Amino acid sequence: MSSLNAHIPEGPLADKWTHHKAKIPLVSPANKRRLDVIVVGTGLAGSAAAASLAELGYNVKAFCFQDSPRRAHSIAAQGGINAAKNYQNDGDSTFRLFYDTIKGGDYRSREANVHRLAEVSASIIDQCVAQGVPFARDYGGLLDNRSFGGVQVSRTFYAKGQTGQQLLLGAYSALSRQVAKGRVQMFARHEMVELVVVDGKARGIIARDLVSGELERHSAHAVLLCTGGYGNVFYLSTNAMGSNVTAAWKAHRKGAYMANPCFTQIHPTCIPVSGHFQSKLTLMSESLRNDGRIWVPKKKEDAEAIRSGKKKPTDLNEEDRDYYLERRYPAFGNLVPRDVASRAAKERCDAGFGINKTGEAVYLDFASAIERYGKEDAHVQGIHHPTPEKIRALGEAIVESKYGNLFQMYEKITAQNPYKTPMMIYPAVHYTMGGIWVDYNLMTTVPGLFALGEANFSDHGANRLGASALMQGLADGYFVAPYTVGTYLADDIQTGKISTDSPEFAEAEKTARDRMEGFLNSNGNTPVEVFHRELGKIMWDQCGMARSETGLKKAITDIRALRERFYKEVKVPGKMHEMNPELDKAGRVADFMELGELMCLDALSREESCGGHFREEHQSEEGEAVRRDDDFAYVAAWEFADHDPGKAKLHKEDLVFENVKLITRSYK
Amino acid sequence: MKFTLNVWRQNGPQDKGRMETYQVDQVSDDMSFLEMIDVLNEQLIHQNIDPVVFDHDCREGICGMCSMFINGEAHGPGRGVTTCQLHMREFSDGDTITIEPFRAKAFPIIKDLMVDRSAFDRIIQAGGFVSVNTSGNLPDANATRIEKSHADAAFDAATCIGCGACVATCKNASAMLFTSAKVSQFALLPQGQVEASERVLHMVNQMDLEGFGNCTNTGACEVECPKGISIENIARMNREYLSVSLTTK
Repeated sequence: MSSLNAHIPEGPLADKWTHHKAKIPLVSPANKRRLDVIVVGTGLAGSAAAASLAELGYNVKAFCFQDSPRRAHSIAAQGGINAAKNYQNDGDSTFRLFYDTIKGGDYRSREANVHRLAEVSASIIDQCVAQGVPFARDYGGLLDNRSFGGVQVSRTFYAKGQTGQQLLLGAYSALSRQVAKGRVQMFARHEMVELVVVDGKARGIIARDLVSGELERHSAHAVLLCTGGYGNVFYLSTNAMGSNVTAAWKAHRKGAYMANPCFTQIHPTCIPVSGHFQSKLTLMSESLRNDGRIWVPKKKEDAEAIRSGKKKPTDLNEEDRDYYLERRYPAFGNLVPRDVASRAAKERCDAGFGINKTGEAVYLDFASAIERYGKEDAHVQGIHHPTPEKIRALGEAIVESKYGNLFQMYEKITAQNPYKTPMMIYPAVHYTMGGIWVDYNLMTTVPGLFALGEANFSDHGANRLGASALMQGLADGYFVAPYTVGTYLADDIQTGKISTDSPEFAEAEKTARDRMEGFLNSNGNTPVEVFHRELGKIMWDQCGMARSETGLKKAITDIRALRERFYKEVKVPGKMHEMNPELDKAGRVADFMELGELMCLDALSREESCGGHFREEHQSEEGEAVRRDDDFAYVAAWEFADHDPGKAKLHKEDLVFENVKLITRSYK
Repeated sequence: MKFTLNVWRQNGPQDKGRMETYQVDQVSDDMSFLEMIDVLNEQLIHQNIDPVVFDHDCREGICGMCSMFINGEAHGPGRGVTTCQLHMREFSDGDTITIEPFRAKAFPIIKDLMVDRSAFDRIIQAGGFVSVNTSGNLPDANATRIEKSHADAAFDAATCIGCGACVATCKNASAMLFTSAKVSQFALLPQGQVEASERVLHMVNQMDLEGFGNCTNTGACEVECPKGISIENIARMNREYLSVSLTTK
C-alpha cells in the first residue's frame, strides 16, 4: 500500500492557505499565453474555474454535454450558499463555519481543506455581488440571511428558492465574457469519453461531438474535471437526467483514485416514487421541516387501509398517529439532520407503516402549524372566539406566505392540495460526498489532472450540510484552482504545445471508438434504460440508506451479473456518426455499473456507521449510528487495478484532527 | 391512458422533415410529458424505429433545456410550467397530441424536436455580464446598499431560464423578452450600470445579427413564458436602447 501525500502545508491551520499562496511559484503573463487548460463541465466549479483561468491569461477550452454551459445541474440548487460574513452579528466566524462543516461531515473530511473553504467563503459573496447576482436583500438594502440545518447561526445567502440558478448564471456570464474575448473556446454538446495520459501526466481528452458523433482530440497542459456527482448510479435521484460519472470514471481507469465512493447523501424530503416509468425525483426544501410534522399511522391496519384507499390520513385521530421523529429524538424532533431523518423514515416503512400504494412514503403534515399560526393571527387581529374555519383560513394564509412556491410545486406534481391533506414524502438520493481523491491543491493522483466541486471528495466528509455545495463549487473554481493549477503549470512553461498526434491520443481514441462500436454491434434486444433501472434497484436496496455485509456482497454479485448481461443483451439503435442519445446513455450506464460495484466494495470495507453511511452491524441498541474512530478515521482511496472495478486496491489517507475534538453526534 | 401522437421527425438540418403518427398506451396520469415520451421511445426501440430525439435535463423546470411545441403551444397547455413539469393528467384519455420543435430561423433544427439555441449564448456573450475579474479584493458585498424593490425586480428578470419559449411563441420569432430580461437585470443594479450603454447596444445588435425578428407588442411571449418574465422588461430595454442611441455617436 503506497502512502498518500495530501501535500498539506505546514503551520497553524488558520495560516496554511495564506502561507501556501505566498510561496507558490507563479507563471508570467507571457508564459500563461503559451499554456492550455481543459475544463470539463460548466457548473459552478467549471464555469468559475474556466472564467478565472482565462482572465489570468491561460488558453482555456471548456466542455459541457448540455446545449449551453448555463444548463449545468448547479442551476437546480434551491436553498442558498453559506459564507462566514457574520453580517448578522450572531457569533459566526471562519472557525465556526469550519467547525460546523467538520462536525456535520461526521469527522471524515480533511481539516486543512475545510478551513480554506471557510476562509474564502466571504470572498465568494463579494465576487457574486460584483457580478450582479441579485441576492435577497432586506428593506435597508443590505444582504439578507437565513439559517439552515445543523448550525446555530444565520449565514446562508439566498435568492428566493433559486440560489443555484442565480450563482450559476453569474459564473456563466463571467465565462461568456471570456468566450467573447476568445480566451475560452466553448464546446457545448460535447462529452468527454477518454482521458489522455502522456508520460504519466494528464495531457488531454477525447471528446465526442454529440451532434455529429465525431470523436475529437483535445490537448492541454492540465485537465480540470468539474463534472459533478454520480447520484444517478441509483437511477432515481434528484440529479438531472444527464448527470453522469463517465469523465470521473475514465480518469479513475487511468489512475485517479476514487475516495469514499460510498458516501451518498439521501435527502429526507422528496416527493415519493409514483410509478415504474418515473424518471427522476423532486426535492422539497429542507425548510419545510421547520413547520411540518412527520408521521405514519400507529396501527398497521390503519396503514393498510390508507394504502388501499379505504381511509384518508385526516380520518386518523391524534392518538392513532406515530410522530416517530418526535418520539425518538425529543430534543431535535422533526429537525434532526438529513441522514437521521432519512433512516427513520425507512425504518417505519420497512416495518409496514408506509402510506402510499408502494408502501414507501410518510406524511409531512402542516395541520398543527396551520392551527398554531391561525390562532396567533386571530389574536393579532383581535378576533375573539374565532371559528375553526376562520383559524384554518388565517393559518393557511401564513403557511402560504412562507412556503407557497413549494406547496404549488407539490400540487403540480401530485395533484393533491397540501393545505388540506398532508404531503407524502420519502427520502431520495441527492448528493455524493465521495468523489475523485485530490490533494490540498485539488490535484488527483494523476499529475496535471485536477478535480473540483462535487466531483472531488474533499470537503464534506460523510455528510454535507445544507447550502455548502454551492460554497464549495465556487470556492474551488474562483479561489483555489486558479492558484493551485498555476503551481503545477509553472513547471510546464518550456513544454510547448502538446501534440495530438502521439500514440497515446491515438490509443485513447481507439478505445473510445471500439467501445461505442461494441454497443452498436451488440445483438441484444433490451434498451439501456432497463439495465439502468435494474442497477438503481440493486444500489438503492443494498447500498442506500442501510447497508449490511450480506446485502453488499449480494449486490456485488448481482452487479457483476447485470454487467455481463448488459454487454450481451443491450440494444443501442442508430449509428456512431450522428446525434444518438441512446449511445450516449449506453456509455454512461456502463460506467455506472462499474462504479456501483466499487461503491459496494467501499461500503463493505468501511465497518462503521458514519454520516450517510449506515452499516446495520454497527448501531446502538436504540438503532443509532456507531462510528469507529480508532479504526476508520481515514479516507478510503481506491486505485483501479487488473482491468476490473472489483479488484480496486485500497489506499488510506489517515485523517489527523488537531483543531477539533471528535465527539458523537446526539439528537435525543 | 392511451394517446395518439403526431410527432415531428427530421433527420438533420437539411432534411425536409415530416409528421409521424404513433400510438402510446400504458401511460399513467402521474407521468410527466417527458416520461410519456420515454415510454414512446422504449416502444420505438423494440419496434426497430429510431427513438425521438428531444432536449431535456433537470426535469424540474429550471435548466431550460426542454422545449417542444405541444398542440400549438410552447411547453404545452398550462401556465407557468416547462414541458418537464407538464403532467399527463392535463390531457384526456384517447386525446391526439401534436408535438413539434420550437420553430424559428435563429433556432435551426438539429434532429426531430431538438433545436440549436446557441444564438442565445452569443447574445449573452455580446454583453450579458458585468466586466469584473475574479478577485479576492473586491469591495465588501454590503458596501453598496441596493433598494429592495430594485433588487427584487432584478431578481425577477434574472429568473429567465433561456428556454426560448418566447421566441417559439412570437409570430416574429423575436428574442426581445430573453434579451430584455438580461438587460433589465443589470440596468436595475448599480454594479451593472457602469457599462449599461455598451451592453444594450451590443446585445440588441447581436440579436438582430442572429436573425431574430422584432417586437410588435403582441405580448404572447409573456403569456407562454414558463417563468412569467414580464414584457415590462422589453419596455425598459427599449428605453435604454433609445436613450443610448440618441446620446452616442
